[in-house]
Amino acid sequence: MSGYTVDPRIRWTEYLPWLIALAGFFLLPEYLALGARILIFILFALSLDLILGYGGIITLGHSAFFGLGAYTAGILSAKLGVTDNFVQMAAAAAAAALLGALTGAVILRTKALTLLMLTLAITAILLEVANKMSSLTGGADGLSGVVVDPILGLFRFDIFGKTAFLYCLVVLFLSWFVVRRIIYSPYGAMLTGIRENTARMHAIGAPVYWRLLVIYTISAMLAGIAGALLTQVNQFVGLNVLGFEVSGELLVMLILGGVGRLYGAFVGPAVYLVAQDYLAKQFPEYWYFGIGALLIVVVLFAPGGILGLMDKWLRPFKQKRSAKASAR
Amino acid sequence: MILYVIAVGLSVTMGLMGFINLAHGVFAMAGGFILSYGMQRFGIPFPLGLILAFVLVALASIVLERLLYSRLYAAGELAQVLFTIGLIFASIAIARLVYGTGTAPVFLPDYLTGQVHILGRDFPAYRVFLILFSSILIVSLWLGVERTRWGAMVRAAVDHRAMAQSVGINTKLLFLLTFALGSGLAGLGGALGADILPVHWGYPLEHLVYFLIVVSIGGLGSLRGPFIAALLIGIADTACKYWIPELGAFLVYAATIGILLWRPQGLFGIRV
Amino acid sequence: MKAFRFAVFIALACASSAGFAQTVKIGFITSYSGLNGNLGPYMERAVRLYIKQHEKELPKGVKIELITRDDTGPNPDKAKQLAQELIVRERVNLLAGVIFTPNALAIAPLATEAKVPFVIMNAGTAVITTRSPYIARTSFTLWQSSYPLGTWAAKKFKTAYTLVSDFGPGHDSETAFTQAFTAGGGKVVANVRVPLQNPDWAAYMQRVKDAKPDALMVFIPAGKTATAVMKNFSDLGLDKAGIKLIGPGDITTEEELPVMGDVAIGATTVFHWSAAGDRPANKEFVALWKKEFGQNETPNFLSVGSWDGTALIFEAIKQQKGKLDPDKTMEIFKGWKNPNSPRGPISIDPETRDIIQPEYLREVRKVNGQLQNVELEMISPAVKDPWKELQKKK
Repeated sequence: MSGYTVDPRIRWTEYLPWLIALAGFFLLPEYLALGARILIFILFALSLDLILGYGGIITLGHSAFFGLGAYTAGILSAKLGVTDNFVQMAAAAAAAALLGALTGAVILRTKALTLLMLTLAITAILLEVANKMSSLTGGADGLSGVVVDPILGLFRFDIFGKTAFLYCLVVLFLSWFVVRRIIYSPYGAMLTGIRENTARMHAIGAPVYWRLLVIYTISAMLAGIAGALLTQVNQFVGLNVLGFEVSGELLVMLILGGVGRLYGAFVGPAVYLVAQDYLAKQFPEYWYFGIGALLIVVVLFAPGGILGLMDKWLRPFKQKRSAKASAR
Repeated sequence: MILYVIAVGLSVTMGLMGFINLAHGVFAMAGGFILSYGMQRFGIPFPLGLILAFVLVALASIVLERLLYSRLYAAGELAQVLFTIGLIFASIAIARLVYGTGTAPVFLPDYLTGQVHILGRDFPAYRVFLILFSSILIVSLWLGVERTRWGAMVRAAVDHRAMAQSVGINTKLLFLLTFALGSGLAGLGGALGADILPVHWGYPLEHLVYFLIVVSIGGLGSLRGPFIAALLIGIADTACKYWIPELGAFLVYAATIGILLWRPQGLFGIRV
Repeated sequence: MKAFRFAVFIALACASSAGFAQTVKIGFITSYSGLNGNLGPYMERAVRLYIKQHEKELPKGVKIELITRDDTGPNPDKAKQLAQELIVRERVNLLAGVIFTPNALAIAPLATEAKVPFVIMNAGTAVITTRSPYIARTSFTLWQSSYPLGTWAAKKFKTAYTLVSDFGPGHDSETAFTQAFTAGGGKVVANVRVPLQNPDWAAYMQRVKDAKPDALMVFIPAGKTATAVMKNFSDLGLDKAGIKLIGPGDITTEEELPVMGDVAIGATTVFHWSAAGDRPANKEFVALWKKEFGQNETPNFLSVGSWDGTALIFEAIKQQKGKLDPDKTMEIFKGWKNPNSPRGPISIDPETRDIIQPEYLREVRKVNGQLQNVELEMISPAVKDPWKELQKKK
C-alpha cells in the first residue's frame, strides 16, 4: 500500500529500476529514443501519483503543467535565445510550480466532479492560448528551432539518443529521490491520512487544504520538468503536449502500474510504452480497443495495477517467510 | 441545444445515481449511428429512426449496466472515471472497426430543412425544431420526476438508498431503469444532433468536455440545470463567436471556471 | 594458371554479387490511429499499389522494403522518436509520408543530421521544404491552390470573406488568397480564423451572411469539418443569399462528397487533382485503385501525393541501381519530371525541392448520380509554390 508503515530505508528491490535502465543503455543502444520517452513519462507519472495516489485528487488536467513546462523551455530557447539546459529546466519548473500554486489555491476547495471539470477547463484554456498565440508558440505547426546547449558543455544531443537517455535518467533519479523523501516522511503519512479519511484529518486539526496545495504545487513542478525534458530531447514542442490524450494516456499508464505506490509510476509507463511500440505497429486499429478493455479489466479485477497483482501473488511467500521468522 | 438533450441524460445518471459516467457520449454516438444506418440501409423515416435510437440504446445500456456498471456503484470516483474512460476507448475502437472512419450521414426530411420566417427574421428550421423538442422534453421530464410516483421513488433512493430499500423500493430496478432512461436520452440526443454534430468514431472524446461542462454548470441531479446551462452556453458561445470571433472557445472555458468557483455544485445542483 | 583464372572468376562473382539483393528500406510515417487515423491507409495503399505495379522496372536484384510507423496524429515528439528509430534501428535509406506539418517540422533536423532523404507526401505548409536540404515534397502547398484561386476570384467577384481554420495551412491559405485577390482588384471584407475544434459553425456563418460578400472563401482541414461547414452554409441560407462558396480543393474531398450530399453542388474549388479528372493517366490510376481495393473505394489527394512520391523514389533507385547515396538522391530528385502523373505533368523545382504542378478549376456537380469535382479548366499548367516565389522577389 502506501509507505508510512514501512521501514524507510532503501530495500534492495529499489535498486532494480536503475540497474535495468543502465543495462538498457549498454545492451539496447538502438532503443534509446524509446527509452528516453519512457523515462520522461515515468517522471510525469510520478508527479501524477503524488496527487492522485497519495493525495487522492482526481485530475484529468495534468497535461497543463506538462505542456507549460514544455513550452516554457521551448520558448526560452527558440524565441529568447536561452540555450543553457539548466536555465530552461529551472524556468519550466518555476512556471509550472507557479501555475500549480495558483490553480491549486483555487480548485482545491472543490471536490470530485467539480474539481475534475476545473482541471479539464484549465487545460482547455491553456491549449487555446497556445493555439492562438502562434507567434510565440508556433501554434498548430509547433515550435521548432529549439536549441539546447551540450550538457555541461560536453555532451551533445546525438542522433542515437545516448545523451538524451542519460540526461533524462539523471533528472529522473534526482526527482525520484525527492519524491521518495516526501512519501516516507511524516508529511507523506499525513497525505495518506487525507486521502483515506479527510473528515478525521480535519478533526485532528491538520491543515488539509494547505498540505494539499503544497503537494499539488510540487506535483505541478515535477510535471513541468518532465515537459521541459521532452522539449529538450526533441528540440520541438507541439500542441499535443497540452491535449486530453496525454492526460488520459498518463492516467492509463499509472493505473496499469498501480496507483499510490511509488513504483507503479515506473512499471506502468514502461509496460505501456513498450507494448505500444510493439503492438501499435502490428495492429494500430486495435490499440484503442486494447487500452480500453485493459482499463476496464484492471478497474474491475485488479485495482492495484500490475504491482498490486504482484503483491497478491507474492503474499503467500512473504507470509511464509515471516511465519518462519516469528517461529524461531 | 443538442448538448442539452444529451447532457440531461448524463445529469440523470450522474446526479440521480451518483455515478460519474464519462462514457455518456458513447451512447449518443450509438444513437446517431442507429439513425444513420436505419435511414440509409432500411430507408426508415426520420421520426421512427429517432424512436429506435432511443429504445435500442436504452436496451443496450441495460445490458451494460447489469454486466459492468453495477459492480462499480460503490467503488469510488477514481474507479468510475477510469472505467468509463476505458469504456470510451474500447467503444470508439469498436465503432471504428464496425463502421469505418467516415461520418455517419444523416439527411433530414424535407419538412425540417430550410428556413422558417419568425418575427421578421429567418431561422434555420431544424434548430427551431430542436429548441421546441427540447422544451417539450424538459417539461415532460420535470413532470415525470416531480409529479409521478416513479419520480418520488427515484428522489428517495438518491437521498438515502438504504432507507428507500427498507421502505420496500426496489432500488436495483429503479437505478437500472433510470440509467436506461438517461442513456436512451443520450442516444436520442445523438440521433437528433447528427446533422449538426457529425457522428463519427471519435465523437465521444471530441465532445466529452462540452457534455461535462453542461452538466457541471447546470448542476448534478437537476433537470432544469442542464437545460438552462445549455441555453446559456449556447447563447454565449454563439454571441461570442459572432461579435468577437478571435476569442473562439475561450469564453466557454473561462465561464465554466468562473461559475464553478462561484457555485461548485452548479447553478441548480444540490449542495453536496 | 587455372588457379589464377579461378581466383579471377571468384573475384568477379563477388563483385557482381555486391550488386545483388539490394534492399532499399523506406521508413514510412503516417497516421493510422487517432482522430485522423483514417488517412494513413489512403497513403500506404497508394505506395504499395505503385510498388506492385512498377516493381518490374527496378534494377535486377533490387527490392523495396516498406517499414510503416504510426505517429497517431499531430504528435511531433512521437513522430521524431519514430523517425529516429527508423534511422538508427532499421537503418532506412529514405523517410517518406507524413500527414501533419508539426511532425514534418520535427523530423526535418534529423533528416539533415543523418543525411536521409525525406519525401513529404502530404503535409502542405510552405515552409517545410526550407527546413532541411534533404526534403523533397510531392504533395502540394496551400499557396499553390489558394493563390491562383485568389487571382481567378478577383476576376469574377468584387468582394470576398475568408474563413479559415486557425493553424499553419489555414494561415497560408488565407494570406495567399487575400494577397492574390487584392492584387487582382478585389476587396476582402474580413478574415476570420476559426479554432480547430469547433462544434458550431452557425455563428460564423451568420456573420458572413450579414456582411454580404460576393464569395466566401473557406479553408478547413479535409474531412468531416468540411461537411459541417457545407451543411451550415446551406442551413443558414447563404447559398440562397447569393454568396458563392469557393476554396482550395481540401473542402470537397472525394470521400466526403457522398456524406455532404447535394448541398455541396456548385462549390467551386482550385486544386491540383480530382478523381474525376479526364486524363488517361488519372483514369488508369482510379481504375487500378477500384480494382485493387473495391468498386466503392476512391483515392483522394493523399493517395496521389503518395503515388507520385513513390514514383520519385523509384527514379532515384533506378538511376543509382539500388545503392542510394543521399546527396546523389537529392540531385536526382531536383531535376525530376513526370509528364504522366494522374495530375498531369509535374516536376520537382530544383531550387526549392518543392513540387511544381498544374492547378485546375473545379466545380461540384452530380454526374451519373454521383457527386464529383468536375474539372472545368486548367488554370495554370505549372504552378511553383507562390510563397517561395514571392520571398525571392523580396
